[in-house]
Amino acid sequence: MKNNIFSVVGKNLPRTDAYEKVTGRAQYAADISFPGMCFAAQKKTTVPHGIIKNIDISQAERVTGVEVIITHKDVPGNNISGVIKYDQPVFSFDKIYCPADVVSLVVGEDKEAVQKALTLIKIEVEELPVLSDYTHALDKDALLIHPENKSNLINHYPLRKGNIEKGFQESDVIIERTYTTPAIEHAYIEPECITAVPDFRKDVYKIYGSVQNPFTCRRIVAQVMKVPLANIHIIQNELGGSFGGKDDTMDMLAARACVACKKVGKPVRIHLSREESIIESYKRHPYTMNYKVGVSNKGILKAMKIDILADGGAYASMSPFVTWRSVVQATGPYEVKNVHTDVRAVYTNNPYTGAMRGFGSPQIIFAQESLMDELADELHMSPIEIRRINGYKQDSETASGQILSNHVVSLNQVIDKATKESDFEKKYETYKAKYSVEGNSHSINLILNDNQFSAGSNIKEGIGLACSFRGCSLGAEGVDATGSLISIQKDGSVYLISGLAENGQGLRMTFSMIAAETLGISPDDIYYLEQDTSRVADGGPTVASRSTLVGGEAVKNAAEIVKKRIEKMLIDEWELSERATFKFADHYIVHEGSGKKIAVSEACDKAYLNGVNLSAYGWFKAPEVDWDEEIGQGPAYFTYVYGCQIAEVEVNAASGKILVKRVTAVHDAGQIINRLGALGQIYGGVSMGAGYGIMEEVIVKNAEIQNINFDEYLIPTSVDVGEIRAFFVENPDRFGPFGAKSLGEPTLEITAAAINNAVANALGKRFYHLPLDLEQIKTGKTLYQIKK
Amino acid sequence: MKEISFTLNNKKVAVTIDPMKRLIDVIREDLRLTGTKEGCGIGECGACTVLVDKKAVCSCMMLIGQVEGKEVITIEGIEKDGELSPLQKNFIKYGAIQCGFCTPGMIMSTTALLMENPNPTEEEIRIAISGNLCRCTGYVQIIEAIQATANETK
Repeated sequence: MKNNIFSVVGKNLPRTDAYEKVTGRAQYAADISFPGMCFAAQKKTTVPHGIIKNIDISQAERVTGVEVIITHKDVPGNNISGVIKYDQPVFSFDKIYCPADVVSLVVGEDKEAVQKALTLIKIEVEELPVLSDYTHALDKDALLIHPENKSNLINHYPLRKGNIEKGFQESDVIIERTYTTPAIEHAYIEPECITAVPDFRKDVYKIYGSVQNPFTCRRIVAQVMKVPLANIHIIQNELGGSFGGKDDTMDMLAARACVACKKVGKPVRIHLSREESIIESYKRHPYTMNYKVGVSNKGILKAMKIDILADGGAYASMSPFVTWRSVVQATGPYEVKNVHTDVRAVYTNNPYTGAMRGFGSPQIIFAQESLMDELADELHMSPIEIRRINGYKQDSETASGQILSNHVVSLNQVIDKATKESDFEKKYETYKAKYSVEGNSHSINLILNDNQFSAGSNIKEGIGLACSFRGCSLGAEGVDATGSLISIQKDGSVYLISGLAENGQGLRMTFSMIAAETLGISPDDIYYLEQDTSRVADGGPTVASRSTLVGGEAVKNAAEIVKKRIEKMLIDEWELSERATFKFADHYIVHEGSGKKIAVSEACDKAYLNGVNLSAYGWFKAPEVDWDEEIGQGPAYFTYVYGCQIAEVEVNAASGKILVKRVTAVHDAGQIINRLGALGQIYGGVSMGAGYGIMEEVIVKNAEIQNINFDEYLIPTSVDVGEIRAFFVENPDRFGPFGAKSLGEPTLEITAAAINNAVANALGKRFYHLPLDLEQIKTGKTLYQIKK
Repeated sequence: MKEISFTLNNKKVAVTIDPMKRLIDVIREDLRLTGTKEGCGIGECGACTVLVDKKAVCSCMMLIGQVEGKEVITIEGIEKDGELSPLQKNFIKYGAIQCGFCTPGMIMSTTALLMENPNPTEEEIRIAISGNLCRCTGYVQIIEAIQATANETK
């Protein structure tokens, strides 16, 4: 079909970096070492909130094998840092804001000596009361985390559209519900590791590590070190997973390691244990969401009043951006004339929260999509019908007043495909009829025999649907541009690098395929350069599912610049008309009029001999977007993607255990570049989404995390999620390379909501709090464990 | 300090070392084989899986003293004479790799499975790798790669 127009794009191609990964040769941050390298361990307090009275390092300094102990006094530049707001101390000095805070760093070549010294640092802290319940952070008498702000409010986004009172007056049915979601750990399997290495040039540092966003890291380190940006080189090692999680944490670690590196004049490494990683790294935001929705008897949404509170933890981090996406997408992919939304993020003493795959969407989708099913029930409609009536269609208007006209609005297409592939309607009605006949099987019986947990009548089947729309890339968050550098050698082999970084998702392969398609070569001809901030222009962060769309377009642009130069040379060489057209495919360049052809490698050799420049910088600046912060109106993103997932579950009504039997996932991500990689994104996203749905929760008590390793923080294993069926709907986008859009985050954001709807279909009872773990299903509550 | 002798990737090695040092630390630090990864340090994630006498074990849960006289195989010992094992080839072909950090451990657990049971069912595969956490792939393409390998060697 349409894939025939491409020779590389849209194919199932194995990644070019797979060989080194499958043999153990790939070099992750902890796999490299440097002569004379010192190890640094971080000293934290056990107090979540307090005034630092004294830091005594005298005893620790005397430990043999310890080179130096670093505190805030050693920081040459900014000791207060942050990715958006400056509110996080690199080294704590006056106050402890949360248990993640680091007071000092012990540095030495001997790991055991370093650990011993760590225990000898005496920090005197006057404990302050702790604010851990974020729902009380804005109370009049609330304890202030950063008193200089006069409030715990990090940010507030209002959105006002139409007339909310009028909307409710016109409604026949009004329901109001509160949904809550927990903090979530990224759980990348590679813990954080960074090494700062001094350079022979003065005040120059090379920093190697598991860094998601090298340019953000460079900015933070340069500010902390008080040196020009150009003096800090961030070299990214193979990244063992990130999912949004190796940004701020890595920036802080890099800055601390660099301060120590300056002081000892030797390479300094910080390598976190899993426990340190979970305690210190930021999380996905817990949300409390109050939705009041009015609908007519015919099922038309008339009004939505939404009030959302997000726990930002001790530092602002990405809260202002995460919660902005929530305000844009809070109504879901539905047309509502009257909307009144408030989204607020607040400070507490809890672990700070920031970017995680989904970025403010998994929470609100859980609420919206649960609510849509409940509305359908109230109106005796099917979940599909209510979505058909209200769902976005071509030229629909969003809550922020944006008309969806510049791309194919494919919500109905993805819903159709998903419902057909899963036989949704029939199963939904069958399961629903079952519980209404049997009655509510959900009863609390605390004393059960083993055989009562077994299958048979205890197993209740259910199917649930959820869908979403998602703005691609950064939107009105900020500058959205990125570059790419291509350099073709005279034999046709290619160096390629982008301003965006490989996070393990397959960016290098996708970019290699885009360049290969443009130049008529194979991805195997491309050597993707090591990521180093000194090699390529600052292209912003690798976030927001923007890589294929924005980064890919910059790669295509670079390849096209070189391609045009080769064409010009051939026009001269073959004495063709200026308007001659060529086809670059399968390692040959063919003049389409005469059929005259030349191998790409030969053409490159010719170009080299003719002094033609075969290197180019490509650039892509995203189309303009806009946002009015006062009323929350404007075209928030320049294009959108649509997805629908259907979950089929078996709930053991006796034990409360949910088995996610099958998930059917349909996504319109525009033209797929690497089908094999795209499937991997769906499978991984659904699995992570299922974890959010049924098992994951960072348990925080008095601001302290209780589950700090994988024995207690559970993520899905190979036996926890059943079959995942992935389908693509491919409506090419006008902006992305070859029509590609975004996929990474859309795959994860919908699953938990679909599971919640499936559980409701199975049990005839609704849940409003994630995760749907055993105690939630059995008791409707979360029963927190006490730390051992 | 004690001399510990064992076979590592088909070669005899002897190290003079504190026998209480963890196997993973000896492999990574003393023998400089960094293909074996550490993800949790408590035997939960499986990233550090190696074979000891053909059984998959977490090398973070074993001490070097315990491998005296035994046969240890790490990810570096899977490729034979520059040729990838059928399992490694299929991991590449089926897209079973994203960030790749769990991959060595996953390959080791699966190698042990296929040595013991060359023709596993999907359920047996899922159970065999249930001690290897992967956050990227949702395990689907990993399972496909293992099934394909089993089918090829039938």
